[in-house]
Amino acid sequence: MSNSVIEVPPKGGFSFDLCKRNEMLAKKGLNPPSFRKTGTTIVGLIFQDGVILGADTRATEGPIVCDKNCEKIHYMAPNIYCCGAGTAADTEAVTDMVSSQLQLHRYHTGRESRVVTALTLLKKHLFNYQGYVSAALVLGGVDVTGPHLHTIYPHGSTDTLPFATMGSGSLAAMAVFESKYKEGLTRNEGIELVTEAICSGIFNDLGSGSNVDVCVITKAGKEYLRNHLQPNPRTYTSSKGYSFPKKTGVGKSCLLLQFTDKRFQPVHDLTIGVELGARMISIDDKPVGLQIWDTAGQESFRPITRSYYRGALLVGL
Amino acid sequence: MQFMASKQPENSLLGPESDSQRTLYPYVTGTSVVALKYKDGILMAADMGGSYGSTLRYKSVERMKPIGKHSLLGASGEISDFQEILHYLDELILYDNMWDDGNSLGPKEVHNYLTRVMYNRRNKFNPLWNSLVLGGVKNGQKYLGTVSMIGVNFEDNHVATGFGNHLARPILRQEWHENLSFEDGVRLLEKCMRVLLYRDRSAINKLQIAKITEEGSTISQPYSLKTYWEFSAFANPAQGAVGS
Repeated sequence: MSNSVIEVPPKGGFSFDLCKRNEMLAKKGLNPPSFRKTGTTIVGLIFQDGVILGADTRATEGPIVCDKNCEKIHYMAPNIYCCGAGTAADTEAVTDMVSSQLQLHRYHTGRESRVVTALTLLKKHLFNYQGYVSAALVLGGVDVTGPHLHTIYPHGSTDTLPFATMGSGSLAAMAVFESKYKEGLTRNEGIELVTEAICSGIFNDLGSGSNVDVCVITKAGKEYLRNHLQPNPRTYTSSKGYSFPKKTGVGKSCLLLQFTDKRFQPVHDLTIGVELGARMISIDDKPVGLQIWDTAGQESFRPITRSYYRGALLVGL
Repeated sequence: MQFMASKQPENSLLGPESDSQRTLYPYVTGTSVVALKYKDGILMAADMGGSYGSTLRYKSVERMKPIGKHSLLGASGEISDFQEILHYLDELILYDNMWDDGNSLGPKEVHNYLTRVMYNRRNKFNPLWNSLVLGGVKNGQKYLGTVSMIGVNFEDNHVATGFGNHLARPILRQEWHENLSFEDGVRLLEKCMRVLLYRDRSAINKLQIAKITEEGSTISQPYSLKTYWEFSAFANPAQGAVGS
């Protein structure tokens, strides 16, 4: 009886084969590298004409800000956008994938995509991966049935809400929404409230920062306001630019020539290393010989010229 | 039958039998306390809930108490440790009164005392499992500070403990300003407490607001906040996404 091992093609989804090995390594102190996360404050709210989505623009890799101005509001369909929090790769990949699926569906049906379709595709995918695809999303859009706003959690559960926040800054943003949201907001009121909520996240949460992105979706279409507000500009920048003091071409060799030879040469070659000049002057009727070393200004000669300062009685700057 | 004494690892820095004496986890806990400085003094708010894990066991716990003539103490965390702290402070104030020298401990002094107590307890790995808020007025000077269970202490124009740090502080940072009137201060505190009520699972809708000024302290009667649930989206949430 032969012991044949039947080659079964691997099924979809994650393979958990290396989990035991990773656990063993972690116990020995080897920790896996941290993922690029989007720390984040993402929000959405429903106003009288549609949906407004908002997001901050900071992407973190552990304690470091790896991208100061990333885009967290992803395109799903012309009338549907999705903000993503969690692991950046996961949110990008999953929204990209569902966006393509929606496009194919549009070709197939010949109709505008519905928000509930995007919702169902996303939650199916995320539930399938049991929370390992670390994507927390705020999905918003306007379709024939009206404006919709949903939150989707990494494990696949969803909520339908009039206002929603996700990410590490969600509590700070929710504090703003809970105290200021009301139904029937106008477009400007809505944008202001979304901006305020994101700013609350930016200034009170360490995982969120930089600028505010806003996306307004109505029946008429969408308006993607990239960097709608930039509350963290670089301070102390000079409009004239900066110039650093020049050390070459300032006239050291010229000065030496004038002093020792009493002549002026308009064009000089670049001083190589150090040049020596000498002159006799009289101080108090006593003749004194001056040994003057003209050092090169170029950075590359620095190690050579440095040694000439030792024992110097006078240094001219 | 061998009698097994409680085992401790050989290299433990703790003394024998000490595990049963140390606070390892809190049991009956209070949730956030929020406080701010206003024109005449300090306003502080806390709800009256004492949770036993995930059960709301006690609904009339007073988590704010006046200390001496000049201070007000609010606590979140383990209620029994709060009662112990009140006992220590009682003794402190009593001994201060016994000097009968016309001087009395102000909020700065009480805050310092609490900081030392909390930090020393944590160094002995036996913390008082509380986050405290200490506010008061003495000689016209307003003071508002906080101490955590590991001894982190600071003073500020507005402080909060627990969830209040995440939900109330952002609102206070936006909307607090110098010389708030009493009504404005109460309104601002109620705004914060309402958000906490909506979003903190261990909060209850029964709170007290305490005020302390140069004249003295008063703690209000318990009352509840009005909440709003009439959003049309709440009426039929799955309207646009049937089956989700």
